[in-house]
Amino acid sequence: MNLFAEAIAWIFSGNPGAGLAPIPVALGQHLWFTFVSVLVAALIAVPLGWLIGHTGKGRDIAVAISGAARAIPSFGLLILLFLLLGVLRTTEAAIITFVLLAIPSILAGAYTGFEAIDRKVIDAAQAMGMTQWQILWRVEVPLGLSLLVAGLRSATLQVVATVTIAAFINLGGLGQYILAGIPLRRFEIVLGGALLVAALALVLDGVFALLQRASVPAGIRAAQSHHSVPQRSASARTAAVGAS
Amino acid sequence: MAGLAVPRGGILTVTGLLYTIPSLALLPILPVLLGTPIFSEINLILALTIYAIALMVRSVSDGLGSVDPSVRMSATAMGYGAGRRFWAVDFPLAGPVILAGLRVTAVSTIALATVGALIGVTNLGYLFTNGSQRRIIPEVLAGIVAVVIIALVIDGLLILAGRALMPWSRAQRRRARRGALPLEVAVA
Repeated sequence: MNLFAEAIAWIFSGNPGAGLAPIPVALGQHLWFTFVSVLVAALIAVPLGWLIGHTGKGRDIAVAISGAARAIPSFGLLILLFLLLGVLRTTEAAIITFVLLAIPSILAGAYTGFEAIDRKVIDAAQAMGMTQWQILWRVEVPLGLSLLVAGLRSATLQVVATVTIAAFINLGGLGQYILAGIPLRRFEIVLGGALLVAALALVLDGVFALLQRASVPAGIRAAQSHHSVPQRSASARTAAVGAS
Repeated sequence: MAGLAVPRGGILTVTGLLYTIPSLALLPILPVLLGTPIFSEINLILALTIYAIALMVRSVSDGLGSVDPSVRMSATAMGYGAGRRFWAVDFPLAGPVILAGLRVTAVSTIALATVGALIGVTNLGYLFTNGSQRRIIPEVLAGIVAVVIIALVIDGLLILAGRALMPWSRAQRRRARRGALPLEVAVA
């Protein structure tokens, strides 16, 4: 337990030592890689997921590819791309890995968000004379937003975890303290780095939890509280919708 | 658990938070918390177990929650007690969702185990660390292929076991899971 005190002292010492980057710099790198990768992945996966959700086509392919992607160890993929692209393209290799890692969750969030919508709502929109574009932007996107945010949340957490591992290819980030401290036997640095990574993941998770709550349209929120539906997780809610 | 709202929320929140902590961070924290040796593979086994529990608690809970309440009421009306109803009605009907969760858990655990190579556990992840240092692309590729093959074989065995144990599952599965998020997305 004494090591915890040493690790906390190390975090607040202002100088990580052992030739390592200062903590704010490493945190900045970590956040930058996470943000860019999730953004690029979202630019690819959100339109694709909405297309799948709106048309109902291609879902099985998306599920199959996402399932197969689970089996690929991201640590191995990172190193494979790092070796294939060369030392000068470390950043590109890392970002490609993170983007590939983030796509399945965001894709799933986008199309399940549409699938979870009651078909009667879409029929009603059609009956009111809405065009396909209007249904997409004014019905499906707002109603599917909270599950899309859930997908972004999961993708972000996966990327944060993998950016930690990416310190192995000298990418920087908070993982460098864990990996540099082990051969040096400086376990207060290892533990300090681990605590910083864990704290970052929990803070980002909390931010996304708030975003997810805010992304439920006001009308839906009112209806939910009116019928006193227990506010469970997104998945339990949609599983119930799907089964009924 | 499906019927008890308060413990369900509490347990799922705790397991969800544990699942949120990145593996490379959890691996050095565990030995300090538990007093296990720092470079022991026990830490890797414990970390993977924690992640697997987080995924399985969610999928068992979702599975039991997906049982049609009218089926449950019919069983009660036929005179099933709570225990017998759980084992003879709820649990078999939740089976396909639980199996789907078990498959996700198995495959992602196999892939995640390679991270152990970074804290000195020798497994297929060693092909990644060693291949990276010696710049041998085929070694790294062989590691990836080996992990994927193991994952696919285990996944296939789970599917076969599911078909043998739950012949009723195929008709029901698609309907029950449609519109539900994949497990890793839901648990975080």
